[in-house]
Amino acid sequence: MARIFAYITHKGGVADDTALELAAAAAQIADGTAVTAVVTGSGAELEAVCAAVAAAYPEVWKVESPALAYPNAEVVRKALVQLLPAGSVLLLPHDTFGMDLGPGLAIKMDAAFVADVVAVAAVEGTTLKLIRQEFSGQLSTHVSCDIAAGAVLNIRPGVCKPMADGAAAGQIVDKSGELGDLSAGRQFLEVVAAEVGDVDITKSDVLLSVGRGIEDEENIEMAVELAEAMGADLACSRPIVDAKWLEKSRQVGTSGLTVKPKVYLAMGISGSFQHLGGVKGSPFMVAVNKNPKAPIFQFADVGIVADILELMPELTKKIKSA
Amino acid sequence: MEPALIAPAHYTVLGIPTLLFSLLIPLVGVGVFAFIMNRRVAPLLKAAPDSRFDDIAGRLANVVKIWLGQWRQPRYMTAGVLHILIFFGFLALAVHTTSLVFVGIFAGFSIPGLGGGFGHLYMIVKDYAATVVLLACIVAAVRRGILRPERYAVPAKYGQDHTAEAVFVLALISLLMITDSLFEASSVAAQVQLGQQGEYLAPGTLAWLLKNLLLDTPRETLQTLHIAGYYIHDLTFFFFLCFLPMGKHFHVITSLFNVYFMRTEKGNVKPVRYGISDEQLDDLDTFGVKKLEDFTWKHLLDFYTCADCGRCSDQCPARTVGRPLSPRFISIKGRDLLFRNYPLRGEAPAAEALIGTVYEEDEIWSCTTCGACEEECPIGIEYIDKIVDLRRGMVDEGMVPQSLQKPLKAMEKRGNPWGKMEKKRGDWAAAAGCEVKVVADGDSAEVLYFVDSFTSYDDRMQGIAQATARVLTAAGVDFAILGKEEKDSGHEVRRFGEEMLFQDLKKHNSEMIGEAAVQAIVTADPHAFNALRHDYPGLPKVEHISQLVVRMVRAGRLSLLPIDDPDKVYTYHDPCYLGRHNGIYDDPREAMDALEGIKRVEMEKSRDRSFCCGGGGLMLFYEPEEEERMAVLRVKMAAEAGATVIVVACPFCLANMEDAIKVAGLEGKMEAVDLVELIDRHLAPQP
Amino acid sequence: MEILVCVKRVPDTAENEFTINADGSDIDRDDLVYSVNEWDNYAVEEAIQIVDRVGGKVTVVAVGDEDSEEVLRREMAMGANDGLLLADPAFADSDGRGIATILKGAVEKGTYDLILTGAQSDSGAGQVGGMLAAMLDIPYASLVDSIEVVDDQSLKIGREIEGGNREMNSIQLPCLLSIQTGINEPRYVGIRGIRKVASVEIPVLGSAELGIGGAAVGSAGARVKRLDYFVPVLGAGAEMLEGSTEEIVDKLIELLKAKGGLK
Repeated sequence: MARIFAYITHKGGVADDTALELAAAAAQIADGTAVTAVVTGSGAELEAVCAAVAAAYPEVWKVESPALAYPNAEVVRKALVQLLPAGSVLLLPHDTFGMDLGPGLAIKMDAAFVADVVAVAAVEGTTLKLIRQEFSGQLSTHVSCDIAAGAVLNIRPGVCKPMADGAAAGQIVDKSGELGDLSAGRQFLEVVAAEVGDVDITKSDVLLSVGRGIEDEENIEMAVELAEAMGADLACSRPIVDAKWLEKSRQVGTSGLTVKPKVYLAMGISGSFQHLGGVKGSPFMVAVNKNPKAPIFQFADVGIVADILELMPELTKKIKSA
Repeated sequence: MEPALIAPAHYTVLGIPTLLFSLLIPLVGVGVFAFIMNRRVAPLLKAAPDSRFDDIAGRLANVVKIWLGQWRQPRYMTAGVLHILIFFGFLALAVHTTSLVFVGIFAGFSIPGLGGGFGHLYMIVKDYAATVVLLACIVAAVRRGILRPERYAVPAKYGQDHTAEAVFVLALISLLMITDSLFEASSVAAQVQLGQQGEYLAPGTLAWLLKNLLLDTPRETLQTLHIAGYYIHDLTFFFFLCFLPMGKHFHVITSLFNVYFMRTEKGNVKPVRYGISDEQLDDLDTFGVKKLEDFTWKHLLDFYTCADCGRCSDQCPARTVGRPLSPRFISIKGRDLLFRNYPLRGEAPAAEALIGTVYEEDEIWSCTTCGACEEECPIGIEYIDKIVDLRRGMVDEGMVPQSLQKPLKAMEKRGNPWGKMEKKRGDWAAAAGCEVKVVADGDSAEVLYFVDSFTSYDDRMQGIAQATARVLTAAGVDFAILGKEEKDSGHEVRRFGEEMLFQDLKKHNSEMIGEAAVQAIVTADPHAFNALRHDYPGLPKVEHISQLVVRMVRAGRLSLLPIDDPDKVYTYHDPCYLGRHNGIYDDPREAMDALEGIKRVEMEKSRDRSFCCGGGGLMLFYEPEEEERMAVLRVKMAAEAGATVIVVACPFCLANMEDAIKVAGLEGKMEAVDLVELIDRHLAPQP
Repeated sequence: MEILVCVKRVPDTAENEFTINADGSDIDRDDLVYSVNEWDNYAVEEAIQIVDRVGGKVTVVAVGDEDSEEVLRREMAMGANDGLLLADPAFADSDGRGIATILKGAVEKGTYDLILTGAQSDSGAGQVGGMLAAMLDIPYASLVDSIEVVDDQSLKIGREIEGGNREMNSIQLPCLLSIQTGINEPRYVGIRGIRKVASVEIPVLGSAELGIGGAAVGSAGARVKRLDYFVPVLGAGAEMLEGSTEEIVDKLIELLKAKGGLK
C-alpha cells in the first residue's frame, strides 16, 4: 500500500475540523499503515497547527514558505507535486480549497481523482469502493477507484466522525528544504469579508432556516412571523439568496455562513451538503419537506413530510395561542 | 342699417388697414399649423403597420358613443361633467369661430345657412356655450391649480408637474371666450348707444353681461375694444391651434381619429406584425417593439392623444400597489420621446433602444394585462398590446427575469411551467369521484373540458378540476379531458411576449383538440377560456363553466340546494379575463343567485372596474417590487363590502385570494371559494 | 479575447423525481427532459459579456452524442459564435480525466485566451476544469464569481470561499476558470433564437480528428467508475412525525420546547 497523506487546512493558527475527519477517513483506507499529515503555511501559525495536528497523526510534514502563507491552490499544488512520493494517496477536504486543488493535483501526480466522497464502502487491494452523491444529493452511487498509481480523494466535510484527538504523539518533519520553485500564474490578492447583516446568525441559538420550499418571495413573510413567534432568527439556503429574497448574511452553508445553533428548524430545505456543511455543533435538527425522499431527513433528528406553506402558519398560530 | 362700429375688415390703425392682419394671422397660423402637423405625422408614416380600416360601422358607432357621446367621461363625475361642458361648448363655438375668421376679411360675413333666424338662434346657443365654457374653465382651473386632485400628480421619477400646461390652456380657452364675447358686446353696446336695435344677447351670457357693463363707455373705447377683442381672439385662436400639437391638448385634434381607430375586439392580442401570418413569423428579422418606430401608427397616435387625465393609472392595480408601472406615463413618456425624436426643427437624436432609456424592464413586466386602463380611457388609448409588444422585444433580446426563464423553459420542454411530468397531468381525476374520460386514453366525448396547467397540477386547484368534473357529470354533460396530451394554453406565454413558444403550444393543443373531435369546449380557467376563444382560431364553441352552469340551471338540468350557510355574506370578484376581456359579468352572479337564500353583496369596484387579484399564469413566477399585494387590497375591499366569502371564478384569483386572506390576517373572518366549488357543494342529490 | 466554454447536457432535475432502473445501473431516463447544465449557462453568459466588453469570439464545446447538439445550439442562440461537438463511441463512459483529455484535444486545435467551465454539473464532482487546466499547464481558479479584464495579459477574479467571503486573485492569461452561479443573470433563449441558429453547422470531431488514443479515454481509460445508483438510506436519525397537521404541530411544539427552541 502506497503512503497515505492528509492535507490539513487551517486558519488563524487553528486546524480545520476536517483535520480529524480526514484522519478517520484515511485510517479506513490505510488499514493500519501510518497516515501522514501535510501542513503548509508560514510562521507561528504553521508551528501551532503542526503541533496541534501531531496529536492525531503519527507524522506531520511541515512545509514552510512565504509563498504558502495564504493557501493559494495553484502554489500548494506545486509544493505537493514536489514533495509527495510517486503513487501516494492524498486526502483533501471537499471544500472550496479542496475543489480548487484536487482535480489539477491529481493530473500533475498522474493519480486517480474522486470528488466529494461521502463514505468509504470497501478497500479491495488497490481498488477502493467509495460512495458519492449525484443530482444534488438526490441519488447515491458506488464508485470504484483504482489507486495503484496513486489517488487524490476529496472527502466531504462533516461526514466522517472525527478521529479521537490525542491518539498519537506525532513527529513533526520539516520538509521545507525540499521545496523548489513555487511561482504560479495566479496570485492571491485579498479576502473580501462577507457583508454583515442586521442579524448575526452565527451567534443564534435557535434558527429557522428556509429553502426552495418557500416557493415565493411573498411567503418569506410567513417564515418571518414564525421566527418571531418562536423567538428564532431567520436563516436560509443558497437559492433564497440567489433569488434575492433574503440577504446574504442570512445564508447558511459552505458558500454562506457557518452556524452553531442549539436548535435548527429546516423548512423546505432539501439538504445539500453545501447547506449542511454550514451547520455545525450537532444541533437538534427538525426538517420539514414535501418530498419524503429529501436528503435532509437523513441528517435531521425529527422529520415531517409536509408543505411548509401549510405547516408554518399553523405552527405560528399554535405557538402564539399557547 | 349703418354699423355702429367700424368692422375689423374696414378699420385702419396708424394708417395700416387691419384687413392686413385679418389676412396674415390666419395665413401664418394655418401655415405654422400645417408645418407642425406635417412633422407630427412623420413618425406615423415610419411606424409599423396596423389594421384599423375594417368594421366601419362599428368604428363610427364608437365615434358616436365614445367621442361625440363622451360615454366614458361621467365615470369620473366632476371631471367628466366639466369636460362634457367644455367639449360641447367647443363644438357649439366651432362654427362661429370659423366664421369670425372670415368676418375679419368680409365684414358681415356669415356662414351659409346661419344668416337668418336660425343664425340668431345659433348665436344665442353660442353665447350660452361660451359662458358655460368660461365657467367650466374657471372651475377646472381651480380644481387643477388649487385643489389638485391626487390623480394628476406627477411622481418625481416621471419628471415635472403638468399643472402649468393645464392651467395655461384653460386660460387660453377663457381668453377666447372673453374676447369673442367682448367683440360682440362692444358692437351691441355701440348700437344701443346709437339707439339702434342691437343684436339680441341672451340674458345671463357673458356677452350680455359685458354689453351691460359697456353701455356707458365712450364710442372710441368701444371701437378699440371691438378691434382689440377681435384680433386678440384671432391671435389666440391661431396660437391655440398651433399650441395644441405641442402637448396633452393634442387630443383636441387627435381624439376623434383615435376613437375611430380604437380596438374593436377585446381579449385578443395583436399579431407580432400585421400582415404576417403565424407561419411567416420565422422570417421576421426582429420581434416586438425595441425602438419607437416599432410601435404601430395607432400606438403612436395613442401617445399623441393622451390627455394626461390619469384615469388609467388611477384604475391600474399595478400602480395602486406601488409597482413601477403607471400606464399614464407609458403614454406620456412615449409622447415626449416622439416630440424629442421628431423635433420641429433641427436634427433628431439617434434612435435608441426604448428599454433602459424610456421604459424600464420591471415597469413593462409589472403589468398583469388586466385591462382596467383600456376600459377606462375616454379616448380609446390601448396599453396591453403595447406592453405585449415591448415584452416581445425584450424576449427577443434575451431580457427576461431569471424567475420567468425557468417556467418558460419548462413550458417548452414539458408543457407546464413547473416542469412536472406530462403523464401526471390528469392525475387529479382519480379523486374526482366521478367518471372522467381521457382523450389520450382513446375515449371520445361531446364536450372537451380544457383544464390547463394550474388546475391540473396544483394540489389546491385540483379541487376546481374535480368540482368541475362533478358539476358536468351532474348536468349530464358527456365530457372528456385531453389528459397527458394537454399542454398549457399559453395564455400568459403569449402575453409575456414569448410568441414562438405560444405558437408551439397552440399548434399542439389545436391538433389534440381537433383529434378529440368534440362539439364544444368548457373550461373553469378564464385564462384558458380567453386563449381558446381569442388566440386559437377555428375551435368549437368555448364556454366558461359559469355560463354552462347558468344554462343548465335555466334548462332545469342542474338542480341546486339552498345555500348551506345562510349566515355568510358572499361577494363575487370578477376575474379580469372573464369580465373585462369577455364581458361575462352576469352569468356568475346568476349562478350564485341560483342558490336559494344566498346573501350576496357587491364590492364598490366590481364588474368592469374589478380590481385585479395580482395576475395569473406566469405572473405567479414574477415578483415585482410593490408595497402591498393586489389581492390583499382586494380582500380588504371585500371586507369593506361586508362580505365574508369571496367567490371567484378563476384558479389564479383563488390562489391569490386565499393567500391574501392569510397575509391580511383575515383567517376565520373571510374565505375564498371558486364558483364551481360552491356550485359543486350545492348539487342536489341525483334521484 | 478568444473564449472557449465547455458545456454539458444534463437531465433537468428541478421537478424530476428520479427512479432507478431495474438493475441499478442507471436512472430511468424515459421520462426525463434535458437541458444545459445550469453552471455552464452562467459561464456562457459571462463569456458573451466579456466579448461584448473587450471584443473577441466565444466558442462552445460539448462532449457527448448528437443529442448534445441541442445544448450547443441553445448556447449559440444566446450569443456564442461557434459550436463544437466532440463525439465518438470511444468516448462513452469516460471518467473526469477522460473528458478532460478529450477537451484538451479540442483546445489544442484552436488558440484560446480563456477557457470557462461550470463549477460543477449533475455528477457534482467539479473536476473537469481543474484537470483540463493542469493538462494544458495553464493557471486555474474554481468557483469564480467575478471576472474583470485587466489587460490582455491578466484578469482580476473573485472566488467564492467559505463563510460568504470572497477571495480575490490576479490570474495570467491564458487560463481556465470554473464559473459559479450568480456571477451574472443569463439571458433568455426563446424558441425563436434557437431556430435562428438551427441551420448553423456545428463541426463534429471524433478521436481521430482530436488525435486521442483509445486507452486514454472511454471505459478503458477510466480509473474511476460508477458502479451503480441507489437511493440514499432515509431517516437514519430522523424520527418522522405523522398524523394530522394539528397532531404534528402539537408534537413539534412539545419537542421544540423540550430542546429550547421556543422562547
